[in-house]
Amino acid sequence: MSAPANSAKLATALPAGAVKISTDPSTEPFWQAARERRLVAPRCADCGTFRLPPTPFCWRCQSAAVDWTELSGRATVYTFTVVNGYPGLPDITLVPVVVDLPDAPGTRLVSNVVGVDPAEVRIGTELTVDFHPIADGWLLPVFRVAGPAAKESA
Amino acid sequence: MAKDSGARDVAIAGIGATPYYKRGETAGQSINQLAGEAILAACADAGVSVTEVDGLAFYSLARAGYGDQLEAGEFVEMLGIRELTFTAALTGGGGGSAGAIGLARAAIVAGDASVVVTVMALQQRTRLGSVVASKAATPASSFVQPSGLAGPGHLMSLLTRRHMYQYGTTRDAFAEIAISTRNNALNRPQARYREPLTREQYFGSRMIADPLCLYDFCMESEGAVAIVTTSLERARDLRQRPVPVVAAAHGGTREWGRGFSWFGMPDDETFASSGNKPIADRLYQRAGITAQDIDVALIYDHFTPMVLMQLEEYGFCKKGEGGPFVLSGAIRYAAERKPGTVPVNTHGGQLSEAYVIGATHIMEGVEQLRGTAVNQVAGAELALVTGGPAALPTSALILGCDR
Repeated sequence: MSAPANSAKLATALPAGAVKISTDPSTEPFWQAARERRLVAPRCADCGTFRLPPTPFCWRCQSAAVDWTELSGRATVYTFTVVNGYPGLPDITLVPVVVDLPDAPGTRLVSNVVGVDPAEVRIGTELTVDFHPIADGWLLPVFRVAGPAAKESA
Repeated sequence: MAKDSGARDVAIAGIGATPYYKRGETAGQSINQLAGEAILAACADAGVSVTEVDGLAFYSLARAGYGDQLEAGEFVEMLGIRELTFTAALTGGGGGSAGAIGLARAAIVAGDASVVVTVMALQQRTRLGSVVASKAATPASSFVQPSGLAGPGHLMSLLTRRHMYQYGTTRDAFAEIAISTRNNALNRPQARYREPLTREQYFGSRMIADPLCLYDFCMESEGAVAIVTTSLERARDLRQRPVPVVAAAHGGTREWGRGFSWFGMPDDETFASSGNKPIADRLYQRAGITAQDIDVALIYDHFTPMVLMQLEEYGFCKKGEGGPFVLSGAIRYAAERKPGTVPVNTHGGQLSEAYVIGATHIMEGVEQLRGTAVNQVAGAELALVTGGPAALPTSALILGCDR
């Protein structure tokens, strides 16, 4: 990757110590997979509908049976914001994003685009997943702008 | 027809409030002091003794803002209420503010209570502006909080960007909402912000969550507001001109659900919305009127773009046309309402008067229909009051005139 042409501040994710998560039986497999650097989504074992965040029942057919499906990690920016500063971190630049996940149709994730000049992010920008350390040894799925190679292999 | 349509079986008989304070200014008072002061003021306004109150209809799960809890038992003890026969709260948050009056109506119509108080009190010990970041993670919030979306405005900036993308809405429209709302506060004695807001100030202000800047955010104020609801018959014997409840509705669809705590809205139109469309449809059907019959609209204004989206959903303009609608001057206060326009937030709203989680909008609706508003719409007979676009329930209320 070439360095940015100007000295624009690249977006990052919150530092590990600032992010705590909690889990329940429905969501824990998502986070356990992330800890192994895998992005997964629950898919209804009866009707095949994906859902995120994970919930105990399929909203379409009310089944509780789930197949945890590994995703490619490809994503597309559905919408985003640019945030300068966070409580206790006045100088941080964040690009919180809502992404569509093309191989889990109908689901979205709220995450961050990292390692990018915020001015270069657009609705529709193609992304690929990465994993960012957070508190208690968990990893958080975040996204980077997909490189040319990633686009070609898509 | 419209003048007499709807339920009109209960009425708002009294309103009361504390002064409105800036963040931190009520540190020497307790939340019960603020709530009690507002309740006593509302009862005095109605001309009923607080000891006669027999119902409490809360919203936001009877939370007082984001940290404190309003406890019915403490109110009874503190205020000398003899017996409560109804005490309930809508779920969700500020989305239920207008709907709480529907809850009061339900109690009265069912015969469960006769003098019902709705109250909201707010201190910023937990700051509104960073409330998402400050809460302990839950399994659900763990899918939003880590992104750094620190507060409600950050969340709604994501919907706003989609509205701009899909419909070509510009920041000029948000500026118009901020500026026109400020204009309505200039002559209102209790308003927190009484200096004009200029376009230069708006566009020169700090960008908090692009595309939302400082003046797109409501203020972090403190204070309390209470409303007394009784049967219309009882209200006619009390001190004030009754303000009948024409219709009330709350709820929401699966497509909206938790709204911007979720972001899973399946279609673009619902995503770039305030989640209020199903409420609007049910409300107008119950009231037997359309948006064209509304004389004044008190629209929950925590963030300027959400006002624009609600104007679309409540039928003042078509979906996606909120930008041109507000830029035409259609929401500016004018004493005489012209066709195709509607004065919005004539009290200065949460952007410029005070933020008490929607309760001030109910008060202004009452003042307009009593004919005592500071920025009175001449001959106003129907007022729309909406609850905040948030996780469901969202809610709304149409208030009328007794005759």
